[in-house]
Amino acid sequence: MIISIASGKGGTGKTTVATNLAVSLGDSCMLLDCDVEEPNAHLFLQPQIEKSETVATFIPIVDEGLCTFCRKCADICRFRAIAVLGKKVLVFPELCHSCGGCLVVCPDKAITAGGRELGVVEWGQGAGVALIQGRLRVGEAMSPPLIKKVRAYADTRRTVIIDAPPGTSCPVIAAMRGVNFVLLVTEPTPFGLHDLQLAVEAVRLLDIPCGLVINRCDMGDDQVRDYARQERLPILLEIPFDRKIAEAYSRGRMIVEEMPEWQEKFRELFGQIKLEILADIWRRERQ
Amino acid sequence: MRELVIVSGKGGTGKTSLTAAFASLAKENVLCDADVDAADLHLLLQPEIRRRTDFMGGSKAVIDLKRCTSCGLCRDLCRFEAIDAEYKVDGIACEGCGVCVDLCPAQAIDFPIQKCGEWFISETRLGPMVHARLGIGEENSGKLVSCIRQEARKLVEEQGLELIITDGPPGIGCPVIASIGGATALVLVVEPTVSGLHDMIRVIDLAGHFKAPCLLCVNKFDLNIEMTEQLEEVARQRKMRAVGRIPFDPMFTKAMIVGKNVLEYKKDSQIARAVQEAWDGIINSPAMNSYGIRSM
Ligand code: SF4
Ligand code: SF4
Repeated sequence: MIISIASGKGGTGKTTVATNLAVSLGDSCMLLDCDVEEPNAHLFLQPQIEKSETVATFIPIVDEGLCTFCRKCADICRFRAIAVLGKKVLVFPELCHSCGGCLVVCPDKAITAGGRELGVVEWGQGAGVALIQGRLRVGEAMSPPLIKKVRAYADTRRTVIIDAPPGTSCPVIAAMRGVNFVLLVTEPTPFGLHDLQLAVEAVRLLDIPCGLVINRCDMGDDQVRDYARQERLPILLEIPFDRKIAEAYSRGRMIVEEMPEWQEKFRELFGQIKLEILADIWRRERQ
Repeated sequence: MRELVIVSGKGGTGKTSLTAAFASLAKENVLCDADVDAADLHLLLQPEIRRRTDFMGGSKAVIDLKRCTSCGLCRDLCRFEAIDAEYKVDGIACEGCGVCVDLCPAQAIDFPIQKCGEWFISETRLGPMVHARLGIGEENSGKLVSCIRQEARKLVEEQGLELIITDGPPGIGCPVIASIGGATALVLVVEPTVSGLHDMIRVIDLAGHFKAPCLLCVNKFDLNIEMTEQLEEVARQRKMRAVGRIPFDPMFTKAMIVGKNVLEYKKDSQIARAVQEAWDGIINSPAMNSYGIRSM
């Protein structure tokens, strides 16, 4: 089972929910940090990194000795990542989308596969949880290929929890596609509501069941709850604002470390998610 | 013309609330919301849209089954697993590379250009604003960011204004890269937490690639004073100026609920003074000032 923890808006507490949930479930689960631009789960789990792998994506390498400057590569490239200027071929690695078009069309076998480093995938074990995290290379623009790579290492026999990036564009989609459930973390403020609506649109586009966690539930107004009622989105957990939680968080401590009684609540949350998944399967079968 | 871009690395640190407050203090400025993925600035500024333009991004492959001979070549070529066994293209997975389109022997694949979002030029009580809405699940957020930043530049020139204040996106990926190239200075709004520190360092490294000078503004500094000092120490080591410390205050949320920035909500408050101080620090910083802009 794979559960993605997402939110349109950043800083609503995705990582808090992901790490606390994972720790509460213990070694039956695996946490994937797919917020590869700013991976934070490790700051709370403090894992020993046991293994690390550099991940690269395809870019063309041109052998000008074999090249006949026919321009076929430049013609097929929709991203202007390869250009032919007189007797010179220029490759712009950071523009390349790794589609391989140039490689296929080159009639002279002048193009071979090179690589552009996307970042690293790291494996570790911390606070009783197996963590796999992606870390985008600073300066790299494209995160979805690295996110896909992190997900490819998931052991799906276990409960897999994904800490997704914020937003609603392609990186989030890469972290939510094909999962069994999306848990959306929001806060009851106008920004929270607005970005939640966008996130719900994204989840519905992918046709995945979802539920809400309202963080700092006592710090805003009732609009998020009204919206949830209207849209029939189940609210599975509410976490009140507590200066103690906030201060502990600032030092890298999880809620369940500070207040162990929360473990039970996170386990209940997991139970509710399972029920929601079952209800969804049942709904689909009836249709 | 100068452009101040507000970024943070980590999301939800108060970028947008501070951007809106700074807009009250700046004069002769244009606002630009570059967080096209989850734009929120309009919720505080209630812009009146003057002009609405479709944003056309890349194309997506569409296979015409009447022409398709099921040869399977496109499925072999597509590196994004976007074409299924029934020769239907999955629009979300399609990268828009057009390799299948060009190489299909039956020429059965069309490649219509897609509308990926919209952008707007608006009027607000705090000056003109350029903002956008990227379609759900779309790529090309970087392109849209570049597009609205360019429009903001045009607007500043047309109206004879001085400054663009840009609310940037979180993270360090494609929309952030598109937000910071060519900026006069970046303001990093950071919370004093281990995540805030970790994410800030990655943004500083990214800014280094683009030679954009950075300024630090610590939000909710009183949640962890030690960490605040640590952030400021890192800033010093990186030759960044720390321009302000904003205290934690539920007033930010209260102001947001009534659609105002904190200065409009309560002019005479501790928060208002802290925001003013931060703004003075920004506008008088060498990064902003070397071009001769004066504190207003
Ligand atoms: S792999 Fe695709 S995007 Fe990259 S250079 Fe070749 S044709 Fe262009
Ligand atoms: S355009 Fe590229 S990504 Fe899209 S279906 Fe064709 S080969 Fe695949």
